[in-house]
Amino acid sequence: MRVGKKATTLLLLVAALHISALFAGFIAPYDFAKQDRDLIYAAPSRLHFVDSTGRWHWRPSVCLLADHSEIFGRYEEDPQKCLPVKLLVRGSPYKVFGMFSSSRHLFGVEPPTKIALLGSDGYGRDVFSRLVYGSQLSLFSGLLAMALSLLFGALLGIAAGYYGGWLDALVMRCLDLFLALPWLYLLFAIRAFLPLHISPGRVFVLLIAVIGLVGWARPARLIRGVVLSGKERGYVLAARGFGASNFYLMRRHLLPQTYSVLLTQAALLIPQYILAEVTLSFLGLGVGEPAPSWGNMLSTIQQYDVMISYWWMWAPGFVLIPVFFIYQLLGSALQARADYSV
Amino acid sequence: MRYLGLRFLQSCLLLMGVSVLSFLFVEAAPGNFLDEVRLNPQISSQTLARLREQYGMDQPLAARYVHWLHSVARGELGFSFAYNSPVAPLLLSRARITLLLTGSAMLISWLIALPWGIVTAEKRTGWFDSGSSFVTALLLATPDVTLALGLLLFAIRTNRLPAGGMMSLAAENQSQWLQIKDIAIHLLGPLLVLVLVSLPTLVRHIRAAMIDALESPCVRAARAHGIARSRILLRHALPMASNPLISLFGLYLGSLLSASLLVEVVMSWPGLGPFLLEAILARDVYVIIGTVMFASLFLVGGMLLGDVFLFIADPRIRTERLA
Repeated sequence: MRVGKKATTLLLLVAALHISALFAGFIAPYDFAKQDRDLIYAAPSRLHFVDSTGRWHWRPSVCLLADHSEIFGRYEEDPQKCLPVKLLVRGSPYKVFGMFSSSRHLFGVEPPTKIALLGSDGYGRDVFSRLVYGSQLSLFSGLLAMALSLLFGALLGIAAGYYGGWLDALVMRCLDLFLALPWLYLLFAIRAFLPLHISPGRVFVLLIAVIGLVGWARPARLIRGVVLSGKERGYVLAARGFGASNFYLMRRHLLPQTYSVLLTQAALLIPQYILAEVTLSFLGLGVGEPAPSWGNMLSTIQQYDVMISYWWMWAPGFVLIPVFFIYQLLGSALQARADYSV
Repeated sequence: MRYLGLRFLQSCLLLMGVSVLSFLFVEAAPGNFLDEVRLNPQISSQTLARLREQYGMDQPLAARYVHWLHSVARGELGFSFAYNSPVAPLLLSRARITLLLTGSAMLISWLIALPWGIVTAEKRTGWFDSGSSFVTALLLATPDVTLALGLLLFAIRTNRLPAGGMMSLAAENQSQWLQIKDIAIHLLGPLLVLVLVSLPTLVRHIRAAMIDALESPCVRAARAHGIARSRILLRHALPMASNPLISLFGLYLGSLLSASLLVEVVMSWPGLGPFLLEAILARDVYVIIGTVMFASLFLVGGMLLGDVFLFIADPRIRTERLA
């Protein structure tokens, strides 16, 4: 299926985003749970391109932070102890895909100097590293929940549209039921009936399952519509005349007709689902500490002092905007393409 | 009329389905309200057993469901453990506050979005349309959490707006007029967030529907007749574009109770949002079921109303359904 140049570029961008999330351990300079109680709420490190003698370097350097002599909670740089930022340095060990362990990081400086691109939080943890690790949970819960709800939606939509009769009636009634539920409320309600404190991994799976199970109705309705008109097409009827089985017809002739709807729905649903995860974690119903997700990172700025004093703590709120923007552009590019081809 | 009757019946069945579904979720859930109480060493196991009996937790699911249906028929919607009172009055007082917020937000966003969408549809090319599509895209990409938090920061930093809540303490024993003014000022923050959140979708839908109408042959014919542009826009194109907009209006009516959940929590507007969150944390099941039921009642009712409006507005639907 052709999706057009613009959509292809955007799809590649989205893929790059997800792949970099997978390699979070490599991109993040520190572990997400590594605390440093001496550097609480330190501002983002300044990258120095000009050294103390006034010479320009292409390689920036970062200076060691020390407590400010007079103001509590403020840090100042030690100009004597500046180290250059290096690429592919050895640091804390991590695992990629949960199996390959490594200790190379994309960038970093030699300890004790620390590089904190987005400052540190209330436990002295590096916000940039947490943001990168958090993208794993937030992005992939959106992606997997989308996959689940589209899977259910496609299965039920195709079956209902193809067979018609009582199956269609049953699926449509269920569908009405799920569409009638305010889905964020439903999500809350289902989450309400699960234990409040469970491990991040299980929360992740549960969130995906819940969002996916609640969200199948809308794609199912669209796919049923496509199948209803699609099964009357000449080549489908011809194939049936040649004795093709129901399963063959659905898989080879009807499913490909739904691809553009599926893809467009995917681009529309993923940001919704990411936002659902962020919302739940923000309210303390999703992924809990110390595992980072954009939602639970954002929830710290509900504290008054954090909100007004530490601007870098807003990072997870702002990183959502470009992500959603890309998905939105992708959605409209795919939609325009689908309208054009139909 | 028969069509509307059928739709009404269908909606009632739908609500029954929702209630059964929520009960099934309750059954599937581990833990209950008394789990927290049990942690208190001063409460004996006899008391706990008595409480279980009193709240009917020892009965099977079907019995509880029938019991709950009775209480719905009495207009109580079950019993809240945490508040020790029937759910309905609690829910109604909270829903009123939410509706004040979402109702005014909906009114304002439609009032802004209608002219905005119409103008951008009329001037499809040019700087205004491209500028507005950029603004709507940006607003659409901004999550409501970030918007609400940003506005909260603005309120704190500038002191122009109250930072959350619905009334200041000082306003309590003042005259009615001052109280209304106080609530209005507190309303401003969450209102702005909700309007900004719903505006981009609305503008886009209105623009798309209007463009469909403006590109139809009859509008071109009207233009060829030399009818004034404003008249074409408002008297010819707008009625043609109204069908999807009426459905959309129904959907918005339906989401009045569920749209503002997060914004209410962040900006501490004492509506249904914080109420539901508290109930979830306390495992106050009937409050949760009641809130979900109430919100889906609105959603179903909104869709039904949308259909009724369509029925009134579009003679084609009337004749088609009656035939």
